[in-house]
Amino acid sequence: MSLAVVLFYAFAIFTVVCAAGVAFSPNVVYSAFALMGTLLGVAAMYVFLAADFLALAQVLVYIGGILVLMLFAVMLTHRIANVNISNRSVGRLPALLVVGGITMIMGRAIYRTSWVVGTELPDGPSTYAIGTGFLGTYVLPFELASFVLLAVLVGAVAISRKELRDAQG
Amino acid sequence: MVGISLEHFLTVGLLLFALGLYTVLTRRNAIGILMGVELILNSANINYVAFARYGGSSTDGQIFAIFVIMLAAAEAAVGLAIVLGIYKNFDSIDVEATDTLRY
Amino acid sequence: MELTAVSYIRWIPALPLIGAVLNGFAGAGIQRRFGERGIAILACAPVLLAFAVSVQAFLHLLSLEPESRFLLDRVAGWIDIGTMKADIAFLVDPLSCVMILVITGIGGLIHIYATGYMHGDQAFWRFFAYLNLFTFAMLTLVLGDNLLIMFVGWEGVGLCSFALIGFWWTDHKNTTAGNKAFIVNRIGDFGFLLGIFLIFWSLDSHGHGALAFRDIQHHAGSIADMHFWGWPVATLATLFLFVGATGKSAQIPLYVWLPDAMQGPTPVSALIHAATMVTAGVYMIARMNFLFAMAPETLAVVAGIGAATAFFAATIGLVQNDIKRVLAYSTVSQLGYMFIAMGVGAWTAGVFHLVTHAFFKACLFLGSGSVIHGMSNEQDMRKMGGLRTKMPITFWTFLIATLAIAGTPLTAGFFSKDEILWKAWSSEYGSPVLWVIGVAGAGMTACYMFRQVFMTFFGECRADPDVREHIHESPAAMTMPLVILAAGSLLVGFLGVPEFLGGSNHFHAWLAPVFEHGSHGAAHHGHHDVAMEWTLMMISVAVAATGVFIAYLFYFRQSFSAARVAAIGGGGPHRLLLNKYYIDEIYNFVVVGGTLLISRFLAWFDGAIVDGIVNATAAITRGVSAFNGLFDSRVVDALVNLLANRTYALGTRLRHVQTGGINAYLYVIVGAVTVVLLARLM
Repeated sequence: MSLAVVLFYAFAIFTVVCAAGVAFSPNVVYSAFALMGTLLGVAAMYVFLAADFLALAQVLVYIGGILVLMLFAVMLTHRIANVNISNRSVGRLPALLVVGGITMIMGRAIYRTSWVVGTELPDGPSTYAIGTGFLGTYVLPFELASFVLLAVLVGAVAISRKELRDAQG
Repeated sequence: MVGISLEHFLTVGLLLFALGLYTVLTRRNAIGILMGVELILNSANINYVAFARYGGSSTDGQIFAIFVIMLAAAEAAVGLAIVLGIYKNFDSIDVEATDTLRY
Repeated sequence: MELTAVSYIRWIPALPLIGAVLNGFAGAGIQRRFGERGIAILACAPVLLAFAVSVQAFLHLLSLEPESRFLLDRVAGWIDIGTMKADIAFLVDPLSCVMILVITGIGGLIHIYATGYMHGDQAFWRFFAYLNLFTFAMLTLVLGDNLLIMFVGWEGVGLCSFALIGFWWTDHKNTTAGNKAFIVNRIGDFGFLLGIFLIFWSLDSHGHGALAFRDIQHHAGSIADMHFWGWPVATLATLFLFVGATGKSAQIPLYVWLPDAMQGPTPVSALIHAATMVTAGVYMIARMNFLFAMAPETLAVVAGIGAATAFFAATIGLVQNDIKRVLAYSTVSQLGYMFIAMGVGAWTAGVFHLVTHAFFKACLFLGSGSVIHGMSNEQDMRKMGGLRTKMPITFWTFLIATLAIAGTPLTAGFFSKDEILWKAWSSEYGSPVLWVIGVAGAGMTACYMFRQVFMTFFGECRADPDVREHIHESPAAMTMPLVILAAGSLLVGFLGVPEFLGGSNHFHAWLAPVFEHGSHGAAHHGHHDVAMEWTLMMISVAVAATGVFIAYLFYFRQSFSAARVAAIGGGGPHRLLLNKYYIDEIYNFVVVGGTLLISRFLAWFDGAIVDGIVNATAAITRGVSAFNGLFDSRVVDALVNLLANRTYALGTRLRHVQTGGINAYLYVIVGAVTVVLLARLM
């Protein structure tokens, strides 16, 4: 048991526990912060997988952008919303059943399959490879993605602005 | 890394997926559901990267993961804008409250 | 036979037709403006003009050779279908020439008489319209060159007879009499039609289908051996034609309409029921003499019925008290003589008697009309008497005509009747029995005619006082024709003086070309025993004289009481004769009653059975449609409603899926993905 393995297990457990917090926490604010922990844990996983750029990107974008956004939304809607029903969960048993079922199936899939493990990727910064990929093989999806982001930008502004206008008018 | 194999990462991803799915199915808070969706996406990302590392000698998986992150951000933005809109109209973000399209 | 084609014959029937049309459509107006005089001129002129044209035709015929005395005026084609061809064409040969002279001449005199008789009648113009129309129809009948045109005229005179008998239609008796005349005539016409059909059909089956008289005569021999239903065709056809003749000429059994026809105005009785229409049957037999000559059985029937009718009618005439009824039965009786003549093949004699009868019977009827007119419409002879001094012209003309009908030597009636009696005895088809019946009938004729004279004109006047005051002689318009007709009754006879008396029988010679075909059988070359002829003539004159004497004793000298004679046998025989042997009552019961019975049965049948079937069908249809409606509303509609309800129920249940709750939707999505996953894994 080397240090790496121990650290791996630690971070893995941390991630799962935080995810459980997201799932089971009654308070949505708690869930949001638990999510932050989860995302950090996932970034650690990326590090273990030698995806350094991705780990940083994860932290920056997910936690720095998305999570903050979610926190904003939570805060904006939490105050007035009824505390009683803000985070109550419904239909736990069926969900457990479904989730349990899927988990078992997929677990079987994971452990029964004889994965063909190929050559491991050489450790090292992956930024160069990713950049080459973006502007080489995957340039089209890259451009389309920027297009999508533009659409999202405009759409979000449109939705928000419309609400404001309606509220005022 | 010796001792840590593909199955470990896949297991982590599986657990995240299960928890995310559970969140989606049981939460009544709209933002809670969106969080569950983020969990699922992240689990998928872990899978991508794990397979990229152990399966082939390319960084394709990581590129996919970046795309996913990008689109997750976009989707979260729009989703939250919609949630705010719902909040304005229904004064609540309980998904059971927005049932005006029922029979 | 040579034909001469002319184009003026058509005016003979056409002129009265024009008169009828003008009188009929413009008569009311003309009478209003010009009075009766205008109508009188408008009505009499056409007939007198037609007489002039007839004389012209007669002269034309005289100028031709006897074998080619044949004038044909073809006006237009009418029917031309296959082998059947009938033209609108008029034929003048010696026979039809005689007829048109009689019709237009005597008809014209009667028209003039009627202008006086119908004076004061509101419908003066209508009377003359009908009278002219009748003249037209009668002329068509005798001038037609084929059976169909003759039939047109035949029907036409029947129609006009109906119209004229019922002229005063406000009285129900008159219209009933008119109906009777028409209906009885129609029965005869049915037989006539059957005869025409049979003739045409049998000729046609030999390829000579024809309707024109000369064509039928030409090919008559071809059907001599043909049989139909076991009978020789000639016999059957002539029997049918004779049935028509009995209807039109009032012989047994279809004579019953003639006495009732006396309900009409007296000029009508004179013209139609004495001089012209009733002679149509005799004319028809004369026209078809060649066919009748081929059928001895029919001739026997004709003669037999003629004799029976002559006798029968005379017995009834003996006891009648209405002045016109006596004359009616006298007409029936005299027509019987004509048929005796036709039946023994003495065609000329029959036509001769037709002519002389026209004169004296018309004179008698017009005279009786004058009496009725003078007696303020009294017709019962028991209320007359002593009119000799008050109505001299009427008396003398009546007496002359009576002498003629009784067969007084040297009058017209003597020559014609005597010729018939001689032929009845001597002809190949004749028999002494016929002669005896004929003589007996002649005796009775003399008796009842003189009875009439004595009762009407002699003795003391038995009329009511107010009638007696008004007795007057008739105006000139009425007496002038009487005089002319009486003169005719005396003089016309000399046309046919038989050879044994020294004459040269011009009449016979005149008509010979028409009858040469038919005369082959009739023997006037047969038994030419002059002594016999003289003897028979003497006997018949003696019998007639006896009849006159009896009448004289009973009604002039009042030596015997007629009432006592009537009471013989408890009054039964007298009542029998007075009631015309109850024939009318028998006919009513059998024929009319039988017809009504059948029609009542048929009405019941129609109402109960036919209507029943129709109603049942309707009920079935209603039932079926009710069932259909039920089926439609219960079953079909139920199915449709069921479908709709099920769809609605399904929808009601299914829409619960739309909860609006996102959780449920998410579950569904996840569930679906799971299923897909599982499917992929399997």
